Amino acid sequence: MIILHNVSKQFGSFEAIQSVSLRIESGEIHGIIGASGAGKSTLVRMMNLIEQPDEGEVIIDGETLNLLKGKRIRQIRQSLAMIFQGHHLLSNKTVFDNVVVALQLAKVPRKQRADKVMESLRFVGLDKLKDQYPGQLSGGQKQRVAIARAIVNQPKVLLCDEPTSSLDPNTTAEVLEVLQRINQEFGVTIVIVSHEMEVIQSVCERVTVMADGQVYQEIEIEPTGIHKMEHSVDGIIKRLKSGGDLNHA
Amino acid sequence: MPEVLLEYQSEIWLSIGETFIMVGFSILAALLIGLPVGTFLFLCRKGQLLENQVVFSSLNLIVNIIRSFPFLLLVIFLIPFTRFIIGTAIGTAAATVPMTIIAIAHYSRLAEQSLLDVPKGVMEAAVSMGASVKDIIFKFLYVEARSALVLSMTTSTISFISYSTIMGVVGGGGIGDFAIRYGYLQFRTDLMIYIIIIMVIFVQIIQYAGITLARKIDKR
Repeated sequence: MIILHNVSKQFGSFEAIQSVSLRIESGEIHGIIGASGAGKSTLVRMMNLIEQPDEGEVIIDGETLNLLKGKRIRQIRQSLAMIFQGHHLLSNKTVFDNVVVALQLAKVPRKQRADKVMESLRFVGLDKLKDQYPGQLSGGQKQRVAIARAIVNQPKVLLCDEPTSSLDPNTTAEVLEVLQRINQEFGVTIVIVSHEMEVIQSVCERVTVMADGQVYQEIEIEPTGIHKMEHSVDGIIKRLKSGGDLNHA
Repeated sequence: MPEVLLEYQSEIWLSIGETFIMVGFSILAALLIGLPVGTFLFLCRKGQLLENQVVFSSLNLIVNIIRSFPFLLLVIFLIPFTRFIIGTAIGTAAATVPMTIIAIAHYSRLAEQSLLDVPKGVMEAAVSMGASVKDIIFKFLYVEARSALVLSMTTSTISFISYSTIMGVVGGGGIGDFAIRYGYLQFRTDLMIYIIIIMVIFVQIIQYAGITLARKIDKR
């Protein structure tokens, strides 16, 4: 379970996150949506302490992360995998070597590495491309390599910062399908940050709507919910700001 | 082979050997000290992993001062230090001292600039995977910047050859010093031209080898 308790973050005079509290249950797919600059990426980066909160607590499975330092925080990060909008792969390494680096960092015995990498690549459907370099892959394939790298250490949580923003609709669907399977087959808690309502709506069970560094509302998504009519993030936030409740609209 | 080269064959080989010693030590110093210094400079920059403005500014200033010294003056300025380290300020061994110092400053700056080209996202991904600073340097930074680091070393090596021609002032010898002493001072212009041609060939070989290696390891 991920708990953020009154976390705040300031960059210079800009208050990126203002006393936000959030609870994400184990095994759920949780969306964080908001317009650019709403603070959603900063919030998700606080969950693995890539961004240190100025105030408040980040608690994962009962352990307060922002009290931890050095080696322990690095160990925790290995169970809180993350993927980004840019795939952030090593362009000078093959697909196989890009995934194996996560196992090297986790000090997995050498003999076990190849099997684990291939298992992870098979899961995302890229085992046949193991000897290719990222420069030879499409955007969607690169993102799937990043996902393979993220899940190879069997994390408890997968944080996704705008994972489909630079992808076309078909590739987006492929990536989301992989994320859903990770959640269903391995029970991994997934947090997806996006500004695209379609992305959030198609995979998430609950959504946190953010604006101006604050949480405006948490919404349960149901297959027949009102969100099918509400595709614009700005529209949702406008309605929330004017006192509307998307859960009972 | 031209007669004049045959006539001075043994002296030329000796001079080439002296140049190799001076440049070889410089390359070694650049790799073993310059690269770590450049990496540390990069990591201490604003917004980087070990951000430390005081350390960065101090180290940056030292590197800048050494690099802005006219090399001939640096060699003379370092004579007491060279004497302290080697026991003498004269000879090829003594000449390696100023050469290694300029090599460290020269390559550390180029290495720092090569590392600046590594996308910030790669570092961010490394941190999110639980990488330590050592892991980030060896498994991410150097892997992504390796082609640029090789090209920087190529540029540095060519500069080291150029610097080595000055070392005659402290009896360091080398092929450049040979060209001055035997070619210029003894009015053997033909000999000087042949030596220049030999140096140009050296530089071409180094440049070609550097570019070929950099291309081979660049998979971007």
